[in-house]
Amino acid sequence: MTAIESHPHVHDLGMPGNPISAAIAASVEASGEKNATLKAKDLKTDQEVRWCPGCGDYVILNAVQSFLPSLGIAREDMVIVSGIGCSSRFPYYMNTYGMHSIHGRAPAIATGLAASRPDLSVWVVTGDGDALSIGGNHLIHTLRRNVNLTILLFNNRIYGLTKGQYSPTSEVGKVTKSTPMGSIDAPFNPVSLALGADATFVGRAMDSDRKGLTEVLRQAAEHQGTSLVEIYQNCNIFNDGAFELLKDPATGPMWTIPLVHGEPLVFGPGGASCVVRDEFGGLRIAETNQVEASQIVVHDAHREDPSYAFALSRLSSQDLRYSPMGVFRSVAKPTYDRMMTDQLEDAAAQSTSTLDDLLAGNDSWTVSA
Amino acid sequence: MTGTNPGMTPADSGVAPGMHTAADAEFHAAETHTATGGLVKSVVALDRVVIRLAGDSGDGMQLTGNRFTSETAAFGNDLKTLPNFPAEIRAPTGTLPGVSSFQLHFADHGVMTPGDAPDVLVVMNPAALKANLMDLPGGGLLIADSDEFTPRNLAKVGYASNPLEDGSLEGWQLVSVPLTSMTTEALKDSGLGKKEAERSKNMFTLGLLSWMYHRPTEGTVRFLERQFRRKPLIAAANIAAFRAGYNYGDTTEAFAVSYEIKPAPMAPGRYRNISGNQALSLGLVAAGQLSGLPVFLGAYPITPASDILHELSKHKALGVRTFQAEDEIAGIGAALGASFGGALGITTTSGPGVALKSETIGLAVMTELPLVIVDVQRGGPSTGLPTKTEQSDLLQALYGRNGEAPVPVIAPRSPGDCFDAAVEAARIALTYRTPVILLSDGYLANGAEPWSVPVQADLPDLRPVFATEPNGEDGEFLPYLRDPETLARAWAVPGTAGLQHRIGGLEKADKTGNISYDAENHDFMTRMRQAKVDGIAASIPATEVDDPDGDARVAVIGWGSTYGPIGAACRRIRASGRSIAQVHVRHLNPLPADLGEILARYDRVVCPEMNLGQFAMVLRAKYLIDVHSHTQVRGLPFRAAELAAVLQDVIDGNAAGTTHETADRTDTTILDTPAPTGAAL
Repeated sequence: MTAIESHPHVHDLGMPGNPISAAIAASVEASGEKNATLKAKDLKTDQEVRWCPGCGDYVILNAVQSFLPSLGIAREDMVIVSGIGCSSRFPYYMNTYGMHSIHGRAPAIATGLAASRPDLSVWVVTGDGDALSIGGNHLIHTLRRNVNLTILLFNNRIYGLTKGQYSPTSEVGKVTKSTPMGSIDAPFNPVSLALGADATFVGRAMDSDRKGLTEVLRQAAEHQGTSLVEIYQNCNIFNDGAFELLKDPATGPMWTIPLVHGEPLVFGPGGASCVVRDEFGGLRIAETNQVEASQIVVHDAHREDPSYAFALSRLSSQDLRYSPMGVFRSVAKPTYDRMMTDQLEDAAAQSTSTLDDLLAGNDSWTVSA
Repeated sequence: MTGTNPGMTPADSGVAPGMHTAADAEFHAAETHTATGGLVKSVVALDRVVIRLAGDSGDGMQLTGNRFTSETAAFGNDLKTLPNFPAEIRAPTGTLPGVSSFQLHFADHGVMTPGDAPDVLVVMNPAALKANLMDLPGGGLLIADSDEFTPRNLAKVGYASNPLEDGSLEGWQLVSVPLTSMTTEALKDSGLGKKEAERSKNMFTLGLLSWMYHRPTEGTVRFLERQFRRKPLIAAANIAAFRAGYNYGDTTEAFAVSYEIKPAPMAPGRYRNISGNQALSLGLVAAGQLSGLPVFLGAYPITPASDILHELSKHKALGVRTFQAEDEIAGIGAALGASFGGALGITTTSGPGVALKSETIGLAVMTELPLVIVDVQRGGPSTGLPTKTEQSDLLQALYGRNGEAPVPVIAPRSPGDCFDAAVEAARIALTYRTPVILLSDGYLANGAEPWSVPVQADLPDLRPVFATEPNGEDGEFLPYLRDPETLARAWAVPGTAGLQHRIGGLEKADKTGNISYDAENHDFMTRMRQAKVDGIAASIPATEVDDPDGDARVAVIGWGSTYGPIGAACRRIRASGRSIAQVHVRHLNPLPADLGEILARYDRVVCPEMNLGQFAMVLRAKYLIDVHSHTQVRGLPFRAAELAAVLQDVIDGNAAGTTHETADRTDTTILDTPAPTGAAL
């Protein structure tokens, strides 16, 4: 241990198996006091924001910058990892640590970071193409492992940065540059997909709904484990008005189902519609005045069994008619990084072996001079 | 069975193997002169033996070989091993595709290869005989399990009659032994059923061989007790079979002679037997301790690299995190994410995995983060030959990425050297903030040799310096401000107050690391990344040239696992009175600064490779010298005798251009006319 013991910080900061290595802890400590009292402007960078004028990404950026200070986390302890696409430029505009990585791989990169640095607040910003097409595999495996990450999935139902091809959430029949006769791909419902992977936190919000978005983000950030938030985001260049049905004050309330834990699922103008159980154990929409009050489902985001939340997600058709918005599921489960750290701590507690012991092994012999 | 040295062929040593009888031997062999029943047995001293064990994939030949190797290492012989097994876990029993073998070369002097051909072949069934007999030189000792030569097993591999009985093996010293039935007989009171008892026949065989070569047995008994500590019945049965095999050798008339091979002289110190994958794993654990950084391995299982994942997953107590990812891409992605956080990020794979990781390697080049990528090469292209060795990923490692993406590449030359190569890969990655590719191969990974155990105090200090305060003139942090000597950029880990910054795959502006599409900046940064990697050459030790006679006109240059066979071939050349210089390159990118000048000294330069001439092409391109490329891609290491013949032809001026070894196991085809450079590829 000669080389290591001569390091001035090692004695102070612990054993090799510590969750954060001595070298990293020393570096962090040397940089001075942490300031967890932030304002939105503290999170802005000097980089010019280069999304198209009118893009939904601006409102999401503003909402995130306004809400993050309320978490009480120092900005140097936050890391935003993104993939490729319009949304993935997000890290450049946040005065935190960040990595704008490669297409689809942000969940994998963030997994390595979160698993080796449980002291950080790690965020992934991704889009429907990045997360659900090229990066679909990483997304589902990150969700099933329950790595401590918050994933913001900006869903604009189109490929924007490559100028307008259909995406894995585009509706069947969509005419785009690459589908002149209409798309023949059935779309993913991102919430259903995440719940199918047994995600412990799944929410959905609208870019323009600052209050609703902030509330879902807050719960997602507080959740221990992987949180997936699908954010409906308008691309005013290639898919303008994609969510107009839900945004329009005239039609929005008819098709939006607000999810509030502990509240009956009643929605629509005058509470005319509600959610009840169907005869197959799923859910269906009913007219409130046609059912008994006791038949109306009371939203329970903490149900261990994901089938209820899944059934909620299946109320939506691909044209967004009946879109539950809010937190579908939020359940407590051990996180991947915690379990990994526990194993390291257990192993360190049970072993006194040094590197030299390991190198010598069990079957060595000595040749004398 | 006679008392002579069975089927000896010229060894690595280049001289006829010395043979002594017990009478003039210095060692103690008295106890085997007489054995039970008054049978007189003699002891023959040998200086080296190559033994090959071959059987069905389910017969436990790899385990038997490994145990014999451990006994041999503990006894003090120098050794090299060559496991050779099919990709199928259990191909149909008794068929040719299911044959698995293990070859061990051990000696009373330093050996460089697992041996060109076995002196002794042990076959557990007809398929093993059929698949291996052509490698056993005439007169060699052949031990066969006669119980398995049943009409059914013979028919499976197309034997019309039983070769153990029809005289077709007259050219070899055949000892036909009922290994299976003797094992079940020995275990009749063990409480095991017949089928279960039969599975111990490999231990019976190991016992017999342990007697034949005077191997110490305590290590194997301890190993079996440890291995089956939760199945005491099985442990007892295996130990009983092992002892029964030993005692059979001691008492039977079938084996009148046993052999002693004295320990090899070795420098004083502590040794252990180690495989390349084990040594590589320990090197990575050591690199974590030497750097003070947590090791994070992101990996997806792939032959022949998976054992590194298995080994590293055992060392959590030393701060090693292992992550079995959903795919190759996630493996390297997670490792890079961990590196961003201040860990020593590592990913381990084989060629097909490197193909999948290429884009992330490019991201690591652009973000200038440390990352170690281990490629345990196997036969390609595509899925290729998963369990066979090859060196055909060199150009992939050097150039297999989009854009100008220079990556340092290094290669170990022996199983034990995998340790040093791993530490060196980490040194380069951490010092220069760059991904580094370490090119091992299947032969190094599974081959084994005695290894001088290092101690941490003698290993290099790899601790990096993290940025902890702003480095810009205006009090800002410039993540792409470089160390003037190494050109490494500043590395600030998340959590460091005031140094928040963003990195990514888009081109970086010099110093600030902001996105830049500026033409001049891109030209500058592209050349800067190249200059940084080129500059690593300044930290590489001078190239060693092995030319004991000092007057060689021909140099042979190699890289990676060909070191042993090339070295053995050079010994042969020198033993025949000729001179040859050997240069073996560890750093493949950047190449050592003195290499061009060294190669220019020689009239001819030969480069043997287990590919179609990839390194030769690099040398030709870089130094404008007419390298003679000698290649083979048979999934197995070069044979020393064949290489020696090629080198001799080059020295004698009979060969030029490009030569290759054909699938024919003995012929070396020399092309008379130099092939155009392109054809060498």
